[in-house]
Amino acid sequence: MRRFAAVLLLASSLAGCTNVTATKPNELTVLAASSLTGVFTELQSQFEATHPGVKVKLVLDSSATLSQMVEQGAPGDVLATADQRTMDHTRIAGGIVGQADQFATNTMVLIVPANNPANIKSLGGLSAKTDFVVCVPTAPCGAAAAALLTTNHVSAQPASEETDVKAVLNKVVTGEADAGLVFTTDALSAGDKVRQIAIPGASQAPNTYWIAQTKQAEVSSLAQDWIDLVLGPNGQAVLARAGFATQ
Amino acid sequence: MTVPRRLLIPASLGAGLLVLPIIGLVLRAPLSTFGSLLTAPATLSALWLSVWTSTASTAVCVLLGIPLSWVLARAQFRFKSLLRGILLTPLVVPPVVAGVALLSAFGRNGFLGAPLRDGFGLSIPYTSIAVVLAHSFVAMPFFILSTEEGFRALPPRLEDVASTLGADAWTRFRRVGLPLARPALIAGAVLAWARSLGEFGATITFAGNYPGTTRTLPLEVYTQLQADPDAAIVVSLLLLIICVGVLAALRGRWLGGLR
Repeated sequence: MRRFAAVLLLASSLAGCTNVTATKPNELTVLAASSLTGVFTELQSQFEATHPGVKVKLVLDSSATLSQMVEQGAPGDVLATADQRTMDHTRIAGGIVGQADQFATNTMVLIVPANNPANIKSLGGLSAKTDFVVCVPTAPCGAAAAALLTTNHVSAQPASEETDVKAVLNKVVTGEADAGLVFTTDALSAGDKVRQIAIPGASQAPNTYWIAQTKQAEVSSLAQDWIDLVLGPNGQAVLARAGFATQ
Repeated sequence: MTVPRRLLIPASLGAGLLVLPIIGLVLRAPLSTFGSLLTAPATLSALWLSVWTSTASTAVCVLLGIPLSWVLARAQFRFKSLLRGILLTPLVVPPVVAGVALLSAFGRNGFLGAPLRDGFGLSIPYTSIAVVLAHSFVAMPFFILSTEEGFRALPPRLEDVASTLGADAWTRFRRVGLPLARPALIAGAVLAWARSLGEFGATITFAGNYPGTTRTLPLEVYTQLQADPDAAIVVSLLLLIICVGVLAALRGRWLGGLR
């Protein structure tokens, strides 16, 4: 029997975990980059207040993962990504309908735990001795981090490549890392648990945020309402308060 | 003996549930790029890391697990069943919880990790040592389960006879217990190795995800799913092939005597 137990285990460890839930007509599923967690959670209650009986479901993950999910036909009516690359990728794969709209920009920042154990003062202070974490290069935050490390001639290698930006933030907040590269908005969301250090050149190359309706959107009017909310004055105000640069 | 007909439908559904996903994986394999994806540097580095960390954690399981199993099988003491229950919890705890638990003990701010770091400048997370530790944590219970069962199945008479012939406790363990329980020890070691190879949740949570040092094959699959799903499928198949190989070895000559 044991040999069969082994197969089961290995098979189960190979299986990814994707949330599969059917979208009901009065339910809107929004797939959003994890850096949008705070803003979209706030907009979720605004939207539900103006759409009685509608439940908004947020799926927050790395843009690259969400893009894959959309292409695979996972349930989701709206896709919001943290860069143009992942949105373009989805569009070319036929994952969205209509056009994608840019709705905000975000810049990268270096963060250290509040007590700054490795005494890091600038991006150049990252060395082989410091445990710093970034996102995987396929995620928008990882692509941006890799570009900034290159342009600033930092050759030290990160200790880990996390699969999304919230994981990077968490490593720094819990003190499991000396530093991390995240979006300004993530740094703001952590309050005084982290200290921010500006990265030279970051503001010249901000990440752009894009939103579009997916091809599998079941409730097209609700999806459009959500997009309008994000692009409209209310959405833009919430984004600005969270530290995003708006249109 | 005949099997009642009414069992055949659920039986084939069960078999289908287990077999169909594997067939799906094989069908999705990108034939034209299979070879180049399989020999890509990222795949090979993850393969090598997986093989050596799984082997190292199997060594940890064998060196520490055999004595522990012998104690559980032979020693009589209070709260033994409670202890066994605690030791076997990693079997049922979700691996990501195992990762969080490992962080709270050996993380940079863990109750053991912090003094280690302050006192000796040793930091475990983000190193291959962390991978071995995570693997050992989840694999050891499998090893113990197999070996303790092996030790318990030995007829007590044999050790009694050895005892009357003047063998002390150490000799009885080394000359009677160990050789006779060999098939169970090997089965336990192979199972621990296979469990290590497939370990994902505890590793990514505790050790991190960096190519070459902590990105094992399952983490490579997860990372590649974001970038290149074809590569993820090829790496998944590679894991599958290794597992089938392990099972074949289990059935074959090593454990011929167990059947």
